[in-house]
Amino acid sequence: MPRLLLFAPLALFAVLILFLWKGLSIDPRELPSALIDKSFPAFKVESLLAPERKLTMADLVGKPVLVNVWATWCPSCRKEHNQLLRIAQQNKIAIIGLNYKDNRAAATKWLVELGNPYQFNIYDESGMLGLDLGVYGAPETYLLDAQGIIRFRHVGVVTEQTWQELQTIMQSWENQ
Amino acid sequence: MIPELGEFALILALGFSIILATVPLYGAATLKTLWMQYAKPLAKAQFTFMLISFICLGYAFSVDDFSVQYVANHSNSQLPMQFKLSAVWGGHEGSLLLWALILSGWTLAVSLFSKGLPLDMLARVLGVMGIIATGFTSFLLWTSSPFLRYLPRYPMDGADLNPLLQDFGLIVHPPLLYMGYVGFSVAFAFAISALLSGRLDAAWARWSRPWTNIAWAFLGAGITLGSWWAYYELGWGGWWFWDPVENASLMPWLVGTALMHSLAVTEKRGVFKSWTLLLAIFAFSLSLLGTFLVRSGVLTSVHAFASDPERGFFILVLLVLTIGGSLTLYAFKAPNVKSESSFAWLSREMLLLINNVFLMVMAVTVLLGTLYPLLIDALGAGKISVGPPYFNALFVPIMGLMVICLGLSSAARWRNTKMENVKKQLMLPAIISLLAGVIFPFLYGDGFNFRVFIGISLSMWIITTVAKEFKGKFRTSSSITEKLKQLSPSYYGMMLAHIGVAVTAIGITLVSVYSEERDMRLAPGETVELADYQFKFLGTKPVKGANYTADQATIEISLDGASIVTLHPEKRRYNVKKSMMTEASIDPGLFRDLYVALGEPLADGAWAVRVHYKPYVRWLWLGGLLMALGGILTVFDRRYRQNKSEKQGVAHA
Repeated sequence: MPRLLLFAPLALFAVLILFLWKGLSIDPRELPSALIDKSFPAFKVESLLAPERKLTMADLVGKPVLVNVWATWCPSCRKEHNQLLRIAQQNKIAIIGLNYKDNRAAATKWLVELGNPYQFNIYDESGMLGLDLGVYGAPETYLLDAQGIIRFRHVGVVTEQTWQELQTIMQSWENQ
Repeated sequence: MIPELGEFALILALGFSIILATVPLYGAATLKTLWMQYAKPLAKAQFTFMLISFICLGYAFSVDDFSVQYVANHSNSQLPMQFKLSAVWGGHEGSLLLWALILSGWTLAVSLFSKGLPLDMLARVLGVMGIIATGFTSFLLWTSSPFLRYLPRYPMDGADLNPLLQDFGLIVHPPLLYMGYVGFSVAFAFAISALLSGRLDAAWARWSRPWTNIAWAFLGAGITLGSWWAYYELGWGGWWFWDPVENASLMPWLVGTALMHSLAVTEKRGVFKSWTLLLAIFAFSLSLLGTFLVRSGVLTSVHAFASDPERGFFILVLLVLTIGGSLTLYAFKAPNVKSESSFAWLSREMLLLINNVFLMVMAVTVLLGTLYPLLIDALGAGKISVGPPYFNALFVPIMGLMVICLGLSSAARWRNTKMENVKKQLMLPAIISLLAGVIFPFLYGDGFNFRVFIGISLSMWIITTVAKEFKGKFRTSSSITEKLKQLSPSYYGMMLAHIGVAVTAIGITLVSVYSEERDMRLAPGETVELADYQFKFLGTKPVKGANYTADQATIEISLDGASIVTLHPEKRRYNVKKSMMTEASIDPGLFRDLYVALGEPLADGAWAVRVHYKPYVRWLWLGGLLMALGGILTVFDRRYRQNKSEKQGVAHA
């Protein structure tokens, strides 16, 4: 029996390694949103490019949309910008920008220089809408269904792979 | 050219590590003297090329060679020179190179200071260290080379070092910490060699002890320094955050503490052999696990390096090979758990064993708390994080129990102790400690406080029992100075380290109970009062540093109208990374720190200002340093040099 006991540390270590191995394939920064399957928070905020226009929840419902949280102070947003332009060109889904804690002049200049993939932009200067939405950092992207219910959240740069993933979800809606 | 030379030197170092990992071990297994004698020169060669490689990287930093990716990502031409050089270990690749350099340094040290070791033992120890070096140097070369270039188009300037790391603390913190982490590889190598050779006598424990103590001292000093750095650099006055990376350094320290004590028992009494071997394996395994946790991205932490699954996988394989391999060896070759000499329930052996168990329970507590989010996530049960309440609730009571045992063991003798003797010896210290615990909160604070009572009583318990035992040494001796000389450095080291525990405990208790802090909006000319001190805010002015601009505030502190000191906290904006940093300003003192940090600028020249009053906070780190100093002192024991002179004596005869 005591002989067998000497194998105990090895056995425990084996269990630990299994967990660590599993842990490698999980991203600890990938946070599930508390708002999944809940409605997008209500808001009434100015449009970025047309300050006189007040945007509300009514502008988001009717058809599925992607809400992309971005800002000019966010270098990763520049990285994903071309992918957003490509998605916009395919005309499969409308992209709504949520310009987060930004400066209007800088954001306008950004859209003029880099191209504008957005149907319109919510100008969330104070970051209050971002707070309601639980934004962790820019860029973040939310997929909303036609009723304005949040169905998917992506933290970080939108890549071609993310876009494939989003399309799969959208197709599953069409099949229903 | 120079970076390529560095890469080449690293490849050569790997070559020597591979030979070191095979030839001497084969020689020891087949008793071929010539093969075993290769160990020493190989250790020297390995160190030499590792050092060349490291110097090459340092050179690339000093001349701003931004064609090297690692330099471009972690340095900048505006960075002051001392930070350029410390930026060498400011990222994953360079700090891993430092890790490997320190490992080869320890290997060299073992080969130099091992005159009393039998040749086969030395060959095995160096061989085992060669195996570890092979693993880590391969890791460096295959996944994390710091010498990769951006060619042909390279950036004009670098991305700069993280401003948090542009500080004296970072210059010394990682090297000290790595000296400790990697130092446990020596005790590990001795344990593996003992298992391989099957000679599990007291000699093995005696050889391991100085190496273990010194590694433990470095690790303790590194942790202490890290805590101090967090306190003054992070800007909110905390000194320990139970961050996964802090935990990763605390675990080997706890197990190392257990190992030190267990080694002492094994050497002196020949018991706990299997346990001591296991601790030696655990201490180094936890160092490796810490490396994995920090570098694989499995946990989020302020310290974590950029995550990279490929690197994580490589380290995981290294973990399986080294830890799995050594635990397998242990399972087959460790002696059965029966001891050669017996001891009674109330004896120094027993109390040390109990303390060992407490230390292990603490280490497991920390390990579970650190890995729990990962375990839950891996089981698909959601995302959680484990906060300070968990650690404090478990860690603090166990610490208290351990301290009680610490005092008891000073009165206990080896083998067996009579209960009456213990009572006689400890009655007075117990009374003094309890009294001190009751009286202190009345004198210092506003009345009785249970936490202060516990903290002060326990600390006094250590101090009084140590003092009582020290006094007992003079019972039989007539001359005090004679006796002072007779007592060994390791005895003084032990006393110093135990006093260090008490000093730290006092610091922790008082700073957690009596700290005061306030967050205030202060306009120029306004005053805030805290713990009898008046903090007068005189406004801010812009200042310019080497690579940042800052708003520097002037805050005049007075006590009852008499001015004491003027502090200048800053809010810095680093030019390259465009990041804001809070530079706290502190008036340090042995009995209290006054700590001022700037928050956000508000309208009309007003600022959000945070002021802290931190009593006895320095004691925390003072105790940590005393412990480390105690560890170092033990190495100067005569016994460790005796071997050499004995051997020379034989040679002369």
